Amino acid sequence: MTDSRTYGLLAELTTPDELLAAVRTARRAGYRRVEAYSPFPVEGLVEALELGPSRVPLIVLAGGLIGGISGYLLQYWVSVLAYPINVGGRPFNSWPAFVPVTFEMTILGAALFGVIGMLALNGLPLPYHPLFNLAQFGRVTRDRFFLCIEASDPRFDLLETRRFLESLGPSEVLDVPE
Amino acid sequence: MSVPARPSTATERAQPPILQPGYTYASIGDTIGSIVLTRRTPLGWYLGFGLAFSLLMLLMFGITVLLVRGIGIWGVDIPVAWGMAISNFVWWIGIGHAGTLISAILLLLRQRWRTSINRFAEAMTLFAVACAGLYPLLHLGRPWFFYWLLPYPSTMGTWPQFRSPLIWDAFAVGTYFTVSLLFWYLGMVPDLATLRDQARARLPQVVYGVLALGWRGAARHWQRYEQAYYLLAALATPLVVSVHSVVSFDFAVAIVPGWHSTIFPPYFVAGALYSGFAMVLTIAIPLRAAYRLQDFVTERHIDVLARVMLASGLVVAYSYLIESFMAWYSGNLYEQYLLLNRMFGPYAALYWVLLFCNVLAVQPLWFKWARANHRVLFTIALLVNLGMWVERFVIVVTSLHRDFLPSSWGSYTPTVWDWTVFVGTLGLFVTLMFLFIRLVPMISTFEMRRLLTELSREGEPA
Repeated sequence: MTDSRTYGLLAELTTPDELLAAVRTARRAGYRRVEAYSPFPVEGLVEALELGPSRVPLIVLAGGLIGGISGYLLQYWVSVLAYPINVGGRPFNSWPAFVPVTFEMTILGAALFGVIGMLALNGLPLPYHPLFNLAQFGRVTRDRFFLCIEASDPRFDLLETRRFLESLGPSEVLDVPE
Repeated sequence: MSVPARPSTATERAQPPILQPGYTYASIGDTIGSIVLTRRTPLGWYLGFGLAFSLLMLLMFGITVLLVRGIGIWGVDIPVAWGMAISNFVWWIGIGHAGTLISAILLLLRQRWRTSINRFAEAMTLFAVACAGLYPLLHLGRPWFFYWLLPYPSTMGTWPQFRSPLIWDAFAVGTYFTVSLLFWYLGMVPDLATLRDQARARLPQVVYGVLALGWRGAARHWQRYEQAYYLLAALATPLVVSVHSVVSFDFAVAIVPGWHSTIFPPYFVAGALYSGFAMVLTIAIPLRAAYRLQDFVTERHIDVLARVMLASGLVVAYSYLIESFMAWYSGNLYEQYLLLNRMFGPYAALYWVLLFCNVLAVQPLWFKWARANHRVLFTIALLVNLGMWVERFVIVVTSLHRDFLPSSWGSYTPTVWDWTVFVGTLGLFVTLMFLFIRLVPMISTFEMRRLLTELSREGEPA
């Protein structure tokens, strides 16, 4: 019985270890749409949430390859096809001289893809989020750790889930309106 | 990211901590954030900013006169066509390199002491590269055609010459600035969210809210964020080496005596780190005193920075030795003459100043008392800044002013306009630093909080 006006239930915790324990208990209880919020990356949280590897490294690799290959092709096209200049009979495709620009373009492509790809995967920038409705959630960037069980979870039940979260010993359990 | 637990050895415990005990997650953020949000801006900030801003106006004046009258107002001419514009460029871009070293390489090497100084070291990089980038553009002669450096389909039907180190330079410096900016901003996003939630007035809430991109600290987000951050660090590490190598190619690919040498890339990179660490110390020592940040930037940080400065200084001293040895050993008449001309020619005084500042003045740092005495250390850092500036001047000018044919020898004296633009870029740099200190958290809050967790897990006082 999902309430359509509820985003989820939020438990407020005070230490990273409490958060880790709470996440593990929630996963064991069968909850799947679980998210943890913290002021800094907490060691072990990714494993506890069973998030799996992210696609950021692949995106960075793709960006580097695209940057490097297009950087070389640009120089090849300019120096061999579009605007060849004969300097003492040296080859037009003088690849050793093209290494620095190819290298810089590789780094540039990888860095741009990495940052933009990371933001895109995270769905950022996102000016509005239901969690921002709660004044207490402001402390997630300060000294509080939050566990959220979302209403879209198949096992979500307003009363049942609230009772479960309260059993984890949080300082507060909050309703997150949609 | 997991940090391997490291047993604290006896020597480590004897050293001052990298974070003074007694802090909590909340008080770390409050102390750093209050400088931006609530604490009264000190009078010294207004004085310093005012002075720097007037120097920035001097830069605007110098550039305006330059654009109106042309680079003839500088002392550059044939044979010394490069002059201070290029030596300042090399100096500024070198200063930037320590910021990248601290933020990227030390991150990958898991040197925890970097945590409290990486933010302003990165800011220093960004602002120094901005100052550096001005010089090649202004030195173009017709700076409004700077975009001719870029490959684009122009109506003239021409394309850039990709075999020229000057084009490599445009790509290297452009990439370096972009990646430094991304790295700096990315590292700041969670802290901007902290400011957004900490601010009580509407304007900062909105401004920091927009800049924080809606960051909410979700575990999934942290995972991708950290991967992107570490990968960016791994990309910035070879980048920083490549940038000053490419800068040295501007010299080494030419056949001018004193420039055409294979030692130039490592020699320039070492010099860049040396001057960069000197600048980090020049900023860190007054900054921590003025904002009472001694708990975060501890004696340990200053000590480590001084040691790194000494180490890179020794590499630079070794490069000087090898450079002179190779000039003699090459048996090349012109190289040998260049060496003698540098030591005893018209610019000899500068050569001995650079040897004094870069080789001799740094030697007291072998001793603990010199590293612990901040007045001594600050003076040495200033001398190294000066010495590295003189070094670049000597490299540019002494090689050019007497090359192969005595009939084409000449000399170079900087004019008042050379100095105006140089002092002006100092103003630009300091103005940006002052704005940075006032407007964004100068220490990475979330990384300090994680450091606190790590230290307390290991049972060290926290």
